[in-house]
Amino acid sequence: MSDHHHKETFVTKYIFSQDHKMIAKQYLITGMIMGIIGIFMSMLFRLQLAYPGESFGIIEAFLGEGGEGGVMTPDMYLALVTIHGTIMVFFVLTAGLSGTFSNLLIPLQIGARDMASGFLNMLSYWMFFLSSVIMVLSLFVTTGPASAGWTIYPPLSALPQAMPGSGVGMTLWLVSMAVFIASSLLGSLNYIVTVLNLRTKGMKMTRLPLTIWAFFITAIIGVISFPVLLSAALLLIFDRSFGTSFYLSDIFIAGEVLHYKGGSPILFEHLFWFLGHPEVYIILLPALGLTSEVIATNARKPIFGYRAMIASIIAIAFLSTIVWGHHMFVTGMNPFLGSVFTFTTLLIAIPSAVKAFNYITTLWRGNLQLNPAMMFSIGLVSTFITGGLTGLILGDSGLDINVHDTMFVVAHFHLVMGVSAIFGMFAGVYHWFPKMYGRMMNKDLGYLHFWLTAISAYGVFFPMHFTGLAGLPRRYYNNTAFPIFDDLLAINVVITIFALIGGFAQLIFLANFFISIKKGPKAPQNPWKSNTLEWTAPVEHMHGNWPGEIPHVERWPYDYSKTDANGELWGGQDFTPQNVPIREGEEVF
Amino acid sequence: MKALFYIIIGVALMVVCWQLVKLLGLTKKENQTATPKENDINGKLMLVLMTFIYVLMVLSLWGTREVLLPQLGASEEAYHIDLLFKYSMALILVVQFILQALIFWFTFKYRGTEGRKAYFFADSHKLEMWWTITPAVVLAGMIIYGLWTWNQVMDASDAENPLIIELYAKQFQWEARYAGDDNTLGNANVRFIEGTNTMGVDMSDKNAADDIALAPNPETFLKELHLPKGRTVIFKLRSQDVLHSAYMPHFRAQMNCVPGMVTQIKYTPSVTTEEMRAYPDTKTKFENINALRKSQGKEEVEFDYLLLCNKICGASHYNMQLKIIVEEEADFNKWLKTQKTLAESL
Repeated sequence: MSDHHHKETFVTKYIFSQDHKMIAKQYLITGMIMGIIGIFMSMLFRLQLAYPGESFGIIEAFLGEGGEGGVMTPDMYLALVTIHGTIMVFFVLTAGLSGTFSNLLIPLQIGARDMASGFLNMLSYWMFFLSSVIMVLSLFVTTGPASAGWTIYPPLSALPQAMPGSGVGMTLWLVSMAVFIASSLLGSLNYIVTVLNLRTKGMKMTRLPLTIWAFFITAIIGVISFPVLLSAALLLIFDRSFGTSFYLSDIFIAGEVLHYKGGSPILFEHLFWFLGHPEVYIILLPALGLTSEVIATNARKPIFGYRAMIASIIAIAFLSTIVWGHHMFVTGMNPFLGSVFTFTTLLIAIPSAVKAFNYITTLWRGNLQLNPAMMFSIGLVSTFITGGLTGLILGDSGLDINVHDTMFVVAHFHLVMGVSAIFGMFAGVYHWFPKMYGRMMNKDLGYLHFWLTAISAYGVFFPMHFTGLAGLPRRYYNNTAFPIFDDLLAINVVITIFALIGGFAQLIFLANFFISIKKGPKAPQNPWKSNTLEWTAPVEHMHGNWPGEIPHVERWPYDYSKTDANGELWGGQDFTPQNVPIREGEEVF
Repeated sequence: MKALFYIIIGVALMVVCWQLVKLLGLTKKENQTATPKENDINGKLMLVLMTFIYVLMVLSLWGTREVLLPQLGASEEAYHIDLLFKYSMALILVVQFILQALIFWFTFKYRGTEGRKAYFFADSHKLEMWWTITPAVVLAGMIIYGLWTWNQVMDASDAENPLIIELYAKQFQWEARYAGDDNTLGNANVRFIEGTNTMGVDMSDKNAADDIALAPNPETFLKELHLPKGRTVIFKLRSQDVLHSAYMPHFRAQMNCVPGMVTQIKYTPSVTTEEMRAYPDTKTKFENINALRKSQGKEEVEFDYLLLCNKICGASHYNMQLKIIVEEEADFNKWLKTQKTLAESL
């Protein structure tokens, strides 16, 4: 690398950096800021759900006209749930999670100097930044931000007459998402090319850490499905602004018949969910990948069934592209299609079950180092199972009829992809913080953060299933209009209290994160005694990652606690990094 | 400006949190990875978390039994759905109970200690085979049973003499139209909406004249959708403006209303409103609700079937409802006779 001694200015080092490690940090910080906004919004609307009509100073302070007198308006409520969903799904759990760790770990774990294209990588981040700025700006337009739900089904999202949020706010939402998708595609293409072409000597595909497999497959699903959302958004822009009728037909609103004829909102639903469902796995697979690595390292054991894990990632990715119709059982889609989607949807439970069993077996007879990262990973396995199991109800078309669009669904997907993915992200931050900032985070704050977060996550989402089973629909501003829901108020109060605890607990994490960057103890090179290549790189970041030659890979990444013929640990330590040559008489996996 | 004040409080809380840690001397730890003591404490706490989850499960199951929908489904289709639901739920709870126990028990049991050596166990094709095949077999059963149920619920082709009713959704109310003597709905389109013809029925269609638009009850001024017990009802759903969803939880029925097309769902009501009011679950639930309402100074209510909007449709989405009354077929026919046909009312 000729640019080792290249002089960096402040701008090229911290702002328009092409270094994957800096870009990873930029993704993480941007994702965290968006996460603060998204989680804070959920705390506000939880206040409304538990105490409908009561006045809160904080609501008036932040929501302005939409919260006049301390009570939010119905339009503001819908805006909050919409933007909360959009921000958490796309900006935090897609860009913030995958963008951060794919960028940080792909070059470091496969043994590459940087991403295949540093420039595209920089472009990808800045487009993400731009889309975040547009999304945040859309909160300040006078007619309010997009409010038609994060799924923005037309005609509601297409007609400003239908709700104020479908005016300028919706236009900004669509522009922001279009830029976001471009950013995501640039990132994904870069990840795929880097994994395929830039692996160091000896790093066969079957020696890749599971993190890389997860990022690699995630990038492929992203490239397949995100363009479809882009086309859906473009057609919606046409319908909104240029009078076309892709999604609209026979509409009478605000006292007049509109000219639209021949379109179908169901077409939009198909296009949206063709991304929307794979999106769940775009969020979840990286979290599972990080967890695989964290669990193996901290259990001091190989991940159980490495090849089965890869096979299930691939199976999940494949199936994820043919199950989108399970979001549409009651939309008027042909019931026969419903049967097909029930079949494919329930199949996805098989690879998911394999993954869950493999994690549990990895814990069995380990020597578990319960670091905060490990705690969050174990929490992920727990919430992934709790949330995943109710998928068997929602994926079964007959049962979905009665719980579709109720709070049961909200509870299900928050546990299985929201909480699980956030736990994966926390695990990743705690585990790789030393790699990112060269310092350690505080463990005690980490534990406190975990306990409060885990308890409140279950406290919020477990009882929520039952409000759904009582028939309570989602996206209801309040449920006082229906006496049959009167007795759910107590449950709503419990949920809100846990939500507030969980929200405030994140302050502990933020304090720990930002102060540790400056004040944390200096990190050793390999703090968790891990096998993967990133821990062979020096603590101080440098362009090109390794001084001199890139280490060669001689073995798979999970040789933890491997013993020789006499039952003694090889080399007297319970880990063997990937660059250590196979010793004489050693069994190879 | 007030918002800034709250943000400053948030930042201050973060600083306090760190200062506390510093005061307690927790930042000086040499050991980077968890110490045996930390493993011990957190391993034990994991059992506490497990207990918390189990208690929460039991509390949620037990504590919500009086707030859920009445066990008795109000349609023949509900019977199939509820049975499938019970089996699925039982399966889920058993699996959930076992797997969570394994996760947290292993975490506790194998928490790191000084002398412990992890067991190098990378693969076992036999085990993996088992836990691929077992879920596959169970799921095959669920898929077959699920699809059978789905067909029972959705297939309206063999319904004998079904009653055809159109449900018409608009921001933020429901309208309904009975098909009349010929049991065929007249054509309709938003382009025919004019004056009192609020559903846009094409009055030049010969099937339209005998259709009956649901009028408000003259006593309560509220619309009440009447349905006969024991006769299959096929709902034809339309929407005037945006997506809506006709959700009738007591009948386990739901279907979206889509502008530009007609969607369909059917069910056979099997419990009259009076019978449902007398059903123990319903009685308990409404006794609780009325006790609560009394304490809030609200008037008492009694049970009624409901149609709710369950697809986000705008500001008043949360209050878009229609009361449903299920009665014996003779009573229903008597009521229907009192309603005006479109030929009379328009």
